[in-house]
Amino acid sequence: MKQLMTGDEAVARGAYEAGVHFASAYPGTPSTEIMENLASYPEIKAEWAPNEKVAAEAAIGASIAGGRSMASMKHVGVNVAADPIFTFAYTGVNGGMVLVSADEPGMHSSQNEQDNRNYAKAARIAMLEPSDSQECKDMARAAFDLSERFDTPVMLRLTTRVCHSKGIVECAPRKEAPIKPYVKNVDKYVTVPAHSRVLRYAVEKRTEALREYSNNCEWNRTEYNPGTTGVIASGVACCYAKEVFGDSVSYLKLGFTWPLPDRLITEFCEKMETVYIIEENDPYIEDEVRRLGFHPHGRDTFPFTGELMPDVIRQSVYGSHRETIEYDKAKVLPRPPMLCAGCPHRGFFYELGKLKNVMFAGDIGCYTLASAPPYNALDFNICMGASLSAGHGAQTVFDLNKGCGTRVVAVLGDSTFFHTGIPSLIEVAYNNSNSINVILDNRITGMTGHQENPGSGYNAKGEPAAAIDLETMVRACGIKNVRVVNPNDLAAVRETLSWALSLDAPSVIITRWPCVLKRFSKEDREEFPDAFKTRVAIDPARCIGCKICLKCGCPALSYSPAAKQVVVDRNQCVGCGVCSQICPKSAIVEEEKAHA
Amino acid sequence: MLNNTSSILLVGVGGQGTILASKLLTTGLMAAGFDVKMSEIHGMSQRGGSVSSQVRYSRGKVESPVIEKGSADLLVSFEKMEALRWLEYLKVGGCAVVNDYEIPPMPVLSGKTEYPAGIGEELCARADTILVDAAGEAEKLGNAKVMNVLLLGATVRLMGLEEIAWETIIRGNVKPAFAGLNVQAFEAGKALVQKTPATL
Repeated sequence: MKQLMTGDEAVARGAYEAGVHFASAYPGTPSTEIMENLASYPEIKAEWAPNEKVAAEAAIGASIAGGRSMASMKHVGVNVAADPIFTFAYTGVNGGMVLVSADEPGMHSSQNEQDNRNYAKAARIAMLEPSDSQECKDMARAAFDLSERFDTPVMLRLTTRVCHSKGIVECAPRKEAPIKPYVKNVDKYVTVPAHSRVLRYAVEKRTEALREYSNNCEWNRTEYNPGTTGVIASGVACCYAKEVFGDSVSYLKLGFTWPLPDRLITEFCEKMETVYIIEENDPYIEDEVRRLGFHPHGRDTFPFTGELMPDVIRQSVYGSHRETIEYDKAKVLPRPPMLCAGCPHRGFFYELGKLKNVMFAGDIGCYTLASAPPYNALDFNICMGASLSAGHGAQTVFDLNKGCGTRVVAVLGDSTFFHTGIPSLIEVAYNNSNSINVILDNRITGMTGHQENPGSGYNAKGEPAAAIDLETMVRACGIKNVRVVNPNDLAAVRETLSWALSLDAPSVIITRWPCVLKRFSKEDREEFPDAFKTRVAIDPARCIGCKICLKCGCPALSYSPAAKQVVVDRNQCVGCGVCSQICPKSAIVEEEKAHA
Repeated sequence: MLNNTSSILLVGVGGQGTILASKLLTTGLMAAGFDVKMSEIHGMSQRGGSVSSQVRYSRGKVESPVIEKGSADLLVSFEKMEALRWLEYLKVGGCAVVNDYEIPPMPVLSGKTEYPAGIGEELCARADTILVDAAGEAEKLGNAKVMNVLLLGATVRLMGLEEIAWETIIRGNVKPAFAGLNVQAFEAGKALVQKTPATL
C-alpha cells in the first residue's frame, strides 16, 4: 500500500511495522509528529514524557525488560537525554531501542543548530540518516533489528526537511516482535565501575563489527557515472545534490553514518579526482574523509550554516544561480510571527513590558515572541527550564551589586515547567532567591501544536490521566508566596506584579487561561465557559485614532488611515478584552454593545 | 525543468489553509500515478508568519522536495504581498496566480507604515500574473475559508491537471459537512482562470 507521508509519519510507520511495543517522547519541532503518529496505533504503548531524559530512560527500561522501544526528540532534547544514552551505550539492549534525533539546520524553530551526529560518535552508538520519507520508514524499521543484532541503541538522525517533507512510502503490515524474556544480568546492566570497565571493551569490539557492517550494508552505496568528480552526501543533501548535478557526477550516498564506512570511502575517493562532501551542519563526514588521507571540498566550498538546498549548492560550486525575476523588494514588508489574537500571554506581557529596572528571564515557548515590540519583555532565553534557575543566578548577582536594585522576573510555560522547571524552582526556593517566577499556564503545550502534558489531564492517546495541580506543586517545592491570576485581567496582573515586587522572598505567579488554539476538554469548558465566545468592535463615536490599543500587539487590530480609526478584524477577534482595557476612550466595546 | 519535474509553490500567511490545499494537490497527484514530494516548514515561525508549501511531481523520480530559486512553474499566492516575497522562486516566463487579498503584517498593524501600494501592478509587470478575487468568490459561496480550495481549482486548471478525480480527493479529505461547499469552491476556482497561459 502506498501512502504520502512526512518523514515523521514514516518513522512512526517504520517503528509500527517493526513491532515496537513502547515509545516515549517530549514534543519539539520538528520531531513532534513522530509521537503523534505513534500514538495513533492501538498496538503501541505511546506516551508523552515530561522531558527527553525521562523519555529516553523509559524507553531504556522497556528495552531492558525485553520490549522494542523508541524515544523521539528534537536535537536539543538529546542534550537533556544524553546522560542515560551515554551509559546505555555501554550496557546495550535486550529489546531493540531506537533514539530519534531531529536536527534543525537553518534553525527554523530552534535556539541553536547543533549537529547530533557528533552524539552518535561520542556515545559510540550506531546511526542511520534517512534522506526521504521512504528511507525514514525503511531505516526506522531496520533500526530495531540492527539494535538487537549488534546489542546497541541506534540513533536515527533526521533533519527538519526530512521530518516535514512528504514523499510516497510503500507500507507493509506490522510484524509482531515477541517480547524477549528478561533474564537478570548484573554484569551487563549494573554499571558499577568494575562492570563498566569490562563493558568498555565490549563497546570497542562492537564498534569494529558495526564498521564492518557499515562497509557492506545497503544504506551506504555508490552510483558511478562517467567523469572523475564525485559527491559524498548524507540525508536530504543527497537529494539536493542529485537535483543539481544529475548524472554528471558519481555518488557515494551515506545512510549508515556511524561508524562511517572507511573502506567504501577510500575506494570511492581513489577513483575520483575531485570529491565534494555535501552535508548539512558540521564537517562530520569531511573530517573522516580527511583522516583517511583525502582532500575533498567541503567547508572550503559550502556554507557552514543553514540548509544546503539546491540553490546553495549551485551557487557554491558554480558561483551562479538560476536566472530569477527581478522585482521591487521595497514593496515587501517583513511578516514576523506574532502572538495569536486571544493569546493569554498578551495581557501579561503588555503589563510586564511596562516594568522598569527589571530583567526578564525567558524560556522556550511561544512567549519568546514577547521579546519583540511592542512588548520588549525578554532579556534572554537559553534552554528549557533555564528561566527560573538562570533568573536565580542573575538575581543573586544583582543583590550583591549594592544599589542596582534590579529585580528578575522569570517566565516559563506550564509544559516547560514540568520539563525542567521544577528542579529550577527548587533551586530558587532552596536558596531563598527573591526573584519573581511566573508560570504561564495555558493548559496545553502550545508552540509545538497542542500536545497534552502532565498538567492537562489527558495523555498522548487522549485518555484521561492524572493532572498535576500547579499551585500544590509550587508550594511543595518550598514556595510560600503563590498567586493565581487571569492574564486577561490587566488590573489584576498589575496588582499581582506589584505584590511580588514588594516581597523580599521567592514568589510564584501562575497565570491561568487556555491557549486560544486549544481544543477544549470537558474540564476546560466547565472552567472557562465564556472563553473566546465574543468579539469586540470599535465604537466610532469614541475612537479618536490614537493607536494606543495597537501597543497590545494584537493581529486583529489595525489602523485605517482612511477612517482615521482603528478597525477590528471580525475573523480573528475572540473577545479576550485586553485591548478594551487599554483604550483610554473606552471605544473598544463588546460587539453587541457597539451596535446597540 | 531538468528531468521533467514540475514545481508548484503555494505561499500565504499562516492560517490561510495552504496546508490543506497542498495536501489535496499532492494526494491527487499521487493518485494519478506521479512521483510526488512536498515540503513545508511548520513551527513557531508560522504564527501569522509567511508560509509556503512546495510541491514537486514527475512521471520519473522527484529528487529534491524543495524548489530551487528561479524554477517554479507556477506560483500560487494566497495573499498579495506574499506573491512578491516569493517571486524569485518563479522561473523566468513562469505564471503566478495571486489572490487579490491583503493581510496586514506587523509593521502595518502597529501603525508604523501602510500596506505597500502597487503590488498588483509590480507583479503584472514582472511576471505572467493572474490576479483573482478568491476571497470575494469564497464569500459568495458563504464561507471565506474555502479560499484555499478555490485557489486549488485555479492551480489545477493552470497546470492542466483536470483529468484527475479531484471531487473524490476533496470528499475524501474534508469533513463531510463541508464536502459539497469545497467541491463548489474548487469548480469556482477553475472558472476563475479561463485561459491557460501559453507559458505552461
